[in-house]
Amino acid sequence: MNRILIVAEHAAGRLNASVAKCVSCASRVPDAEISIAVLAATGTAVAEAAAAIAGVQRVLLVENPANEPALAAVLAPQVARLAQGHSHVFGPSTTFGRDLMPRVAALLDAPQLSDVMAVESAQRFRRPVYAGNAIVTVEAPGGRQLVATVRIASWHAAASGGTAKIEKVELDVPLPAHTRFLSVSAARSDRPDLQSAARVVSGGRALGSVENFALIQRLADRLGAAVGASRAAVDAGFAPNELQVGQTGKIIAPELYIAIGISGAIQHLTGIKDARTIVAINKDAEAPIFEVADYGLVGDLFTLVPEIEKQL
Amino acid sequence: MRRILVGIKRLIDYNVRVRVRPDGSGVVTDGVKMSINPFDEIALEEALRIKERGEADEVVVISIGPDDAQQQLRTALAMGADRAILVRTDLAVEPPAVARAMQKLVERESPSLVILGKQAIDDDCSQTGQMLAAYWDRPQATFASKIEMAGPVVRVTREVDAGLETIELDLPAVITTDLRLNEPRYVKLPDIMKAKKKPLEVTDFATLGIEAAPTLRILRYEPPPQRQKGVMVKDAAELVAVLRQKGLV
Repeated sequence: MNRILIVAEHAAGRLNASVAKCVSCASRVPDAEISIAVLAATGTAVAEAAAAIAGVQRVLLVENPANEPALAAVLAPQVARLAQGHSHVFGPSTTFGRDLMPRVAALLDAPQLSDVMAVESAQRFRRPVYAGNAIVTVEAPGGRQLVATVRIASWHAAASGGTAKIEKVELDVPLPAHTRFLSVSAARSDRPDLQSAARVVSGGRALGSVENFALIQRLADRLGAAVGASRAAVDAGFAPNELQVGQTGKIIAPELYIAIGISGAIQHLTGIKDARTIVAINKDAEAPIFEVADYGLVGDLFTLVPEIEKQL
Repeated sequence: MRRILVGIKRLIDYNVRVRVRPDGSGVVTDGVKMSINPFDEIALEEALRIKERGEADEVVVISIGPDDAQQQLRTALAMGADRAILVRTDLAVEPPAVARAMQKLVERESPSLVILGKQAIDDDCSQTGQMLAAYWDRPQATFASKIEMAGPVVRVTREVDAGLETIELDLPAVITTDLRLNEPRYVKLPDIMKAKKKPLEVTDFATLGIEAAPTLRILRYEPPPQRQKGVMVKDAAELVAVLRQKGLV
């Protein structure tokens, strides 16, 4: 029996879409019993959403005002305590999971595998290295706990329809006071979330200005798509950093990715190569983005994008 | 003494197109340019700026790796670090062992701040800083895009999925750098000459009393699956038509 604990990411009373993807990954471990840990201030709604994911046996709910907003230094000792009796501890490869899980691994004195993209056995996994330019198959030692982050772009969300039972857990763990949350400047948006959207429209340096970047937003709204940006566009200040797609930004796997005015630097391609269909629009026919695009269109984006909008 | 420790990893230069060896035993490293991990360069630049603002007194760079990592440490000294420490090993050490070695040096050096890159661009683990913070039982701020020293605390703005988060940490603390924190300076020739006279200490895992042997076994390396080049469409109408036909719009 492999007992897997998944740490749930959530915000504002809503379970993050990455959790169901972690469940998919955990389900591929043979003979797995899957539990989800919800650490929240008040977490009933999040725990109920987690319990409804198919394949989940148990939800452990830890309620403490110190748990929100989430701070890795505060969550890690609690997760480490909950992890007792589990063979594996998984979290998402989002900034939440990448921040938290190594701290958990250190407290458990366990090794960590980052960005698990495939499961071969309870100890053997595949993960990308060198920005995805190589894939390694790694074997973890048996008889020891293993911590992992799940590369969410590699996994589909597990179905709903689960009926896991929710257990409230009181933890007697000293929590540090050395780290304090001050603020988060999240751009509120009605658009779909970049990391879980089925469609994404991204703009690059060729947009030229913040004002012109509105062209990307209009097309995205027309398609019900999330908005993304290349690193060049973010560095130039056309779009906020949280929209950056690529190795150092978000790694995404939408059904449809439309890259507009993006040349296709390696670091950008790393972030989109799991997209089902890639469309590229660029005035340079030699741009590397066309090497990976399923459909390419050469021309001036300022004429083409409004034309596409009209056709939709 | 307000001291900042900075981690420096020697790895394949970020401009090199990394290729998997035909026998799957690793990636091609023969004759390949080696450099400082770009995120570590940003970490060093930030430490130097903090010192230049008078908010720190000494910047110490640490590398854990082969003898040749002395080259990267010399570059770091030329950028402006005051002294360097190499923990010499020929093993492919994993983040827990690196963090344990850093912890030993932290105990010896008593820094007020440790700044590391958010990840190394070879193994892409993104673990060492968080592990060090846990072993040391101190605060962590990962993916930093802004660092403000404020007496006994440091305020760090982090690049997170939701946007920019700002947290406050009591010192000493561990910070890992993201790309937009700063743009590292170029090294000037006179500084390279000066760097040759700066102290560079060499130690090893046995001296520090830590186990360096890897616990994870890499069975094989493979190139990633390649995407096929697709088709070119002639205009907006044709593009929308094919996307409609595939049910994508």
